[in-house]
Amino acid sequence: MRKAWKAAALAALVFLSSAAVPAAHAEDGEESAPLTGETIYVYNWGEYMADGRDGSLDINTEFTRRTGIQVEYSTFDTNESLYAKLVSGGASYDVIIPSDYMISKMIHEDMLEKLDFSNIPNFQYIDEAYRNLSYDPTNEYSVPYTWGLVGIFYNKQYVTDPVDSWDILWNEKYAGKILMFDNPRDAFGIAQKRLGFSFNSTDEDEWIQAAVLLKEQEPLLQAYVMDQIFNKMESGEAWLAPYYAGDAAILVESNENIGFAIPTEQGTNFFVDAMCIPKGCRNKSGAEAYINFLCEPEIAAANMEYIGYSTPETAAKELLPEEITSNPIYYPPEEIIENSEVFVDLPEETALQLDALWAEVKMGGPGDAVTLIVTLAAFLALYLAIVVYKKVKRRREQ
Amino acid sequence: MKSKAASAPYLVWMVLFIVVPVLLVAYFAFTDSSGAFTLENIARVGQYSNVFLRSIWLGALSTVICLVLGYPVAYLISKSSLKRQSVLLMLIMLPMWMNFLLRTYAWMTLLEDSGLINSFLSLLGLPPFHMINTQGAVVLGMVYDYIPFMVLPLYTVLSKIDRAVVEAAQDLGANGRRVFLRVTFPLSMPGMISGVTMVFVPSVSTFIISKMLGGGANLMIGDLIEMQFLGSAYNPNLGSAISLVLMVLILICMGIMNEFDSGENEGGGMMI
Repeated sequence: MRKAWKAAALAALVFLSSAAVPAAHAEDGEESAPLTGETIYVYNWGEYMADGRDGSLDINTEFTRRTGIQVEYSTFDTNESLYAKLVSGGASYDVIIPSDYMISKMIHEDMLEKLDFSNIPNFQYIDEAYRNLSYDPTNEYSVPYTWGLVGIFYNKQYVTDPVDSWDILWNEKYAGKILMFDNPRDAFGIAQKRLGFSFNSTDEDEWIQAAVLLKEQEPLLQAYVMDQIFNKMESGEAWLAPYYAGDAAILVESNENIGFAIPTEQGTNFFVDAMCIPKGCRNKSGAEAYINFLCEPEIAAANMEYIGYSTPETAAKELLPEEITSNPIYYPPEEIIENSEVFVDLPEETALQLDALWAEVKMGGPGDAVTLIVTLAAFLALYLAIVVYKKVKRRREQ
Repeated sequence: MKSKAASAPYLVWMVLFIVVPVLLVAYFAFTDSSGAFTLENIARVGQYSNVFLRSIWLGALSTVICLVLGYPVAYLISKSSLKRQSVLLMLIMLPMWMNFLLRTYAWMTLLEDSGLINSFLSLLGLPPFHMINTQGAVVLGMVYDYIPFMVLPLYTVLSKIDRAVVEAAQDLGANGRRVFLRVTFPLSMPGMISGVTMVFVPSVSTFIISKMLGGGANLMIGDLIEMQFLGSAYNPNLGSAISLVLMVLILICMGIMNEFDSGENEGGGMMI
């Protein structure tokens, strides 16, 4: 991501120093706020905040300079590893940035603090469309950080059919050249939207139907992958791949043969990563000051410019270069967003079913306990047979 | 007394980082998310029988290939001059200096449909050969990554075989083949056992090779366990249950291997 943004970030430096945040740079001459001795612990996705590289604004340093609160920053790579770390109680953080469904899971399990919005006046900049989303319906626990949509990346050289629905990922013409998400929620989501179901269905039968569809697709697939789609699409090894818009937009910029389309009619996944304060935080007011700081339009704009995701603030969007804001990959038209759905946490029963179905899809069929027991028993029998045989032999020799 | 005191640090280490974690795995396997006792996790493992069978099959296949490829190499190294031995051993170890993830990644570039091998084939006018995302590619990756673990213990045992024993066999009139089959081979059994164990155990539980070279559709037990802890399925109780069953399976396999070993040492092998 950084490479593609190098040019943009350099431009941003000029842009920032001249217009957007005169305050930040005018203050260079002024003294920074004295250190208060306070520290906040921030836990975020990797490569998900501008850190001063490639001429971007160093968000955390800037925060310390303004408030005197020091930031201890660390990163995670999946929502689940964040969850595991918080559940095990091995560490305590003041600000975390999980995704939608993980936020709803944490709310259900009473792992998040309610935010004091009087300390976060900049929440006013968050657009109406990104408030009160189904993962946090009353919007008491989270403040949106970024958002994006899932769409299909395709190679214009080889894919001749129009890419306007998920059906194309089942097209036999492209057998062996199609990639699929290597995570059950996203993979099932595509099948669900093709069938017209909700992502958050609790109907067992709907999940089974989606699994049947995915099993049909399996022989046509080249592979189930995540980040490898970048390489495989760019080299032409694969021609069709669903992926997250913001993360993979780099593809479209680096290779003019690659296009991006969002199936408008069937609907798609709308994902949000939002800032929360976990229970057990040690500096809630500091954490709220930090969230407030990140919502400041100039800061949000500088940050988004570096990380390449879309901002939920119109005020920040206006500070971004035209070429980004007019790009439908980053900021798709309204009706696409309206027709999309957010993941929320699944009840345990459904989650277990999904997990089993996913393994079934990948294995090409269901497994059964009998086979496993027979296998284990066969190994055990072999072992016992050898032991007994040897004992008998030894006795005979004596 | 003295020797016991010296082993204390390792004992403490072992209890803290091996015994306690294994007990924790067992605890998680038999409890649900609220901590109450349940057998449901163990019962659920059954639905992954396909994954177990595939992992055992692929693991066994790579182990056999490693043994067949590794034994002659280890034998030849142990027979070469001392000076050359260190060079050859160095060559065996050389790939291990590089991160194993990177090496697997390199195989991906080689095997892809538009990868180096297929580009070369098409340059010669030969039809492309589909290799990536197959079970064969997974086995290839495992053999490549784990073969040093087969060669090294085999070499160690083979190079320590007392020359006098071999000479005695020769004095008694055994030809080269007979010496190998009746003396060298049985005596190298301990090396084979540890080689097989050191290849089979990581092969069965590997998780990244199958993901990178198998295209995600060749799910193995390691992938399944990873999914339960770090993946989207987050369910440490089920993950622990799967690990526990895998542990039992590997213990049985090692038990079988050990029986072969002790059999040879007690002279049983000579009787057959």
